[in-house]
Amino acid sequence: MPKFEVDPAVHRGLADARLNVEIDNGDMILNLGPQHPATHGTLRLVVRLDGERVVASDVVIGYMHRGYEKLTEYRTYPQITTLINRIDWLSSFANEVPFVHAAEQLMGIEAPPRAEYIRTALTELSRIATFLLFLGEMGLQVGAITPAFYGFRDREYVLNAIESATGGRFHPNFNRIGGLKDDLPWGWIAETRESMRKVLKSCDEFEDLVVSNPIFQKRTRGIGIIPAELGASYGVSGSNLRASGVDWDLRRDGKPYLVYNDLDWKVWTHSDGDSFARYWVRLQETRESARMVLQLLDVMPSGPVMTKVPKIIKVPEGEVWVNTENPLGEMGYYVISKGATGPFRVKIRTASLSNVSIAPWLLRGVYLPDIITVLASLYFILGDIDK
Amino acid sequence: MRSLAVDIWGGWATTLGIKTLIVMGLIPVGALVLGYTFLLKMMSHMQSRLGPMDPGGFHGWYQLIGDGIKFIQKEDIIPEGADKRVFKMAPAIVVLSTFLMFVVLPGGPDFVVAKDLDVGVFYALAVSSLSVIGVLMAGWASSNKYALLGSLRAAAQLIAYELPLVLAVIGVVIQAGTMNLQDIVRFQASGEIFGWDGLGLPLILTQIVGFGLFMIAAQAELSQPPFDMPVAESELVAGYMVEYTGFRFLFFFIGEFGTAFVYAGLAATLFLGGWSVPFIDVDADIMNVVGPLVLFAKIMLVAFLMFWARFTYPRFREDQLQSLAWKWLIPIALANILVTGALKVAF
Amino acid sequence: MSENTEVEVGATMSPENLELLGRVSAALGAEAIIESAQAVGDLVVRVANASWREAAKACRGALGFNYLSFIGGIDWMPAPVVGGEAGDTSSPVQPAEQTYGAAGSAGRFQVFARVASTSVPRSGLTLKVDLDEESPAVDSWVSIYPGADWHERETWEMLGIGFNGHPSLRHLYLPAEFEGNPLRKDFPLLAREVKPWPGLVNVEPMPGEDVEEEAE
Repeated sequence: MPKFEVDPAVHRGLADARLNVEIDNGDMILNLGPQHPATHGTLRLVVRLDGERVVASDVVIGYMHRGYEKLTEYRTYPQITTLINRIDWLSSFANEVPFVHAAEQLMGIEAPPRAEYIRTALTELSRIATFLLFLGEMGLQVGAITPAFYGFRDREYVLNAIESATGGRFHPNFNRIGGLKDDLPWGWIAETRESMRKVLKSCDEFEDLVVSNPIFQKRTRGIGIIPAELGASYGVSGSNLRASGVDWDLRRDGKPYLVYNDLDWKVWTHSDGDSFARYWVRLQETRESARMVLQLLDVMPSGPVMTKVPKIIKVPEGEVWVNTENPLGEMGYYVISKGATGPFRVKIRTASLSNVSIAPWLLRGVYLPDIITVLASLYFILGDIDK
Repeated sequence: MRSLAVDIWGGWATTLGIKTLIVMGLIPVGALVLGYTFLLKMMSHMQSRLGPMDPGGFHGWYQLIGDGIKFIQKEDIIPEGADKRVFKMAPAIVVLSTFLMFVVLPGGPDFVVAKDLDVGVFYALAVSSLSVIGVLMAGWASSNKYALLGSLRAAAQLIAYELPLVLAVIGVVIQAGTMNLQDIVRFQASGEIFGWDGLGLPLILTQIVGFGLFMIAAQAELSQPPFDMPVAESELVAGYMVEYTGFRFLFFFIGEFGTAFVYAGLAATLFLGGWSVPFIDVDADIMNVVGPLVLFAKIMLVAFLMFWARFTYPRFREDQLQSLAWKWLIPIALANILVTGALKVAF
Repeated sequence: MSENTEVEVGATMSPENLELLGRVSAALGAEAIIESAQAVGDLVVRVANASWREAAKACRGALGFNYLSFIGGIDWMPAPVVGGEAGDTSSPVQPAEQTYGAAGSAGRFQVFARVASTSVPRSGLTLKVDLDEESPAVDSWVSIYPGADWHERETWEMLGIGFNGHPSLRHLYLPAEFEGNPLRKDFPLLAREVKPWPGLVNVEPMPGEDVEEEAE
């Protein structure tokens, strides 16, 4: 009830001030995103703050929803591999694998051994690329700039290897139903071996620079603890769940896929379940992946990379669920086919969606900087949430 | 005629004008030197960054000029809801604080930047905390929640770290028995280590604890990592600077690096012997030329340490920062004072 | 290969799946299970609409499936034909009659979910539930699997399937004012309606050709 005339501009200013500071109830609503440096894209977090402490938070997603599940209904199988490349854009190759496997399983064909070995190697390479970015990014999010540059620098070696094999740094679209587009280029194995040595060295560097840093430990230990049972019921998967002490890796524990059973490797877990544990687990997994690639390079069989498939791919009627251990967690496609050249329905299960859905639970009562730590350590890719 | 000219030349107005100009010149020069050497070159080397090494010839010398041009030609944006007068004043106040700190920095036996004060240490530390007012003004006037949070953090942090900063210096003051920066330099130059006077007595040798505390607190006062919560680009985007663009942002930038330069200068003066250098008599005329160079070299050395930490460490959380100040730094500083005082009385 | 269109519903189940099916019916009661099938090695169980929440409880409790992979929905209505003329294989042409996948369905809409156990390797179960065609709705799983929250919100907005007992059924991906349910088969993909997919032949004119066409 203004008793005097107020200039509209002043009035608006007052309203803004109220909105901005909300002196009334002592709480402040802070809008993190959709454009915020810590949200890797367009995640929006609405946080109610009491001082610096989070009272409640809500995650708003969908700013980048591209409707892939609808689009798959209008595409043929070979066209879809291009599409799903863009889901988790950091590890595109790993996205293709489960879908191509789904189509192959429905058709009853198998890719030749060499193709499966190359697929495994490239999947692990994309895992390394994704994790190297994480290892740097996480440092950046807690305030250390240098690791981010190291992460980007060393990821480049891996991307070069992916590029020289597939022709694309980010979106290889290299998988074909029944095999691969091409064989490896000459000299790839030697070069990749060299890159893996660099990756292993860079992991040591991250261990020195970040993991052993007392401030980093202070910032991440005990922050955002995911209890194992709760995490699983939220659908949290991958390294995030393994950091909570759940010894579950689909490469080993899922339906056998690719050639992981032929390799000598180990699943890393950490019992703490906090942000530090998630960093630590990913660091170890980067090393493990590099070692796996080195093994694969040693035992790569010879032979064709493509099996015989009809010119026009029609997938027989049926439905199949294929899930794989992607860098961000469990990625799966539930493909329902009705015998046409394209799928009838593809349900895409992305890791980040479930991983981030636990964020409001994790963020209750933490301080503002911890929001960033928790989000960074959950490690999501917006394309993987918004699909 | 001649006497009149001398009078005017030597008049207080002219002197003041010249001194003001010198200080005003020193701030951007100091800021640019640090910015160029450490922010662009050292950081690029340490972080394997190719960008800042590329433009121009040798090590990308053109980068800084390009950055400067970029800042100046950017649009000057003031948010609609901002308190415009305060918003515009804030960067100036931050730079003013830097400006006032430069005043007492001694560069040679007869050369102090502007004024040789008897309470130099006290004065420098007092005016250094003026910048918090500018920061608070910037945060409040921006009409932005990130800015507000950033400035509140800055205020809490600068006040908390003012104390260890002052307490760290008290050890030096006790030992030297003076608050005059010029006399502290002379004390160090004329001191002796167990009777050997070759190096003088840089107070870092006896006040190593104080030096450490001073560096940590100065890092916090500068809001540099690991204490950069007020700007925390990954949380608060850029804190109180978030709404500033173009040359207003440049003011903050110059203020930040200019202050880093002064703090490095203070640390060099208080702990490393300032402009004095071994084997040259402190009162020799040549020192008026060599002194500033020596001081500059020492500043660069101290600044190197500061920026090294800046590029290496992650950021503390606000509560961790406070507990570090109140639970660790201040008790250690008090103990240091106690020990220094006791030893001073004993010997 | 295209001749092999037989659905795996009638195929004999693997011993593991038979054993799992036994456990499922023991935990849930045989009357709650309408049908079961094996889809490329995975057990698919179709449960009655009324037992959907019970099924989740049984999964999380007695069966030990502590991990929720996803919840989604299917619209079995025949897909609109989007292909070009006969012989154009650039777009899929789905069969025109309404058929149902593994374990069948009573009507057009189904909700399906996948659960797994993090302690037992190679474990997992796909559950399907039939819905009413007019007002499709089913009980919410949020109280049992908190992760169901976002998946159910997505299914609700994409297919218009209600979830009884969901704490706040609001849009997840789409803007709040969005109308329609994009994943229903009768929701047209407008971009495709306006312009057919170029497909095998690149019919998009190159910059130079564009001018020529206009000239013609």
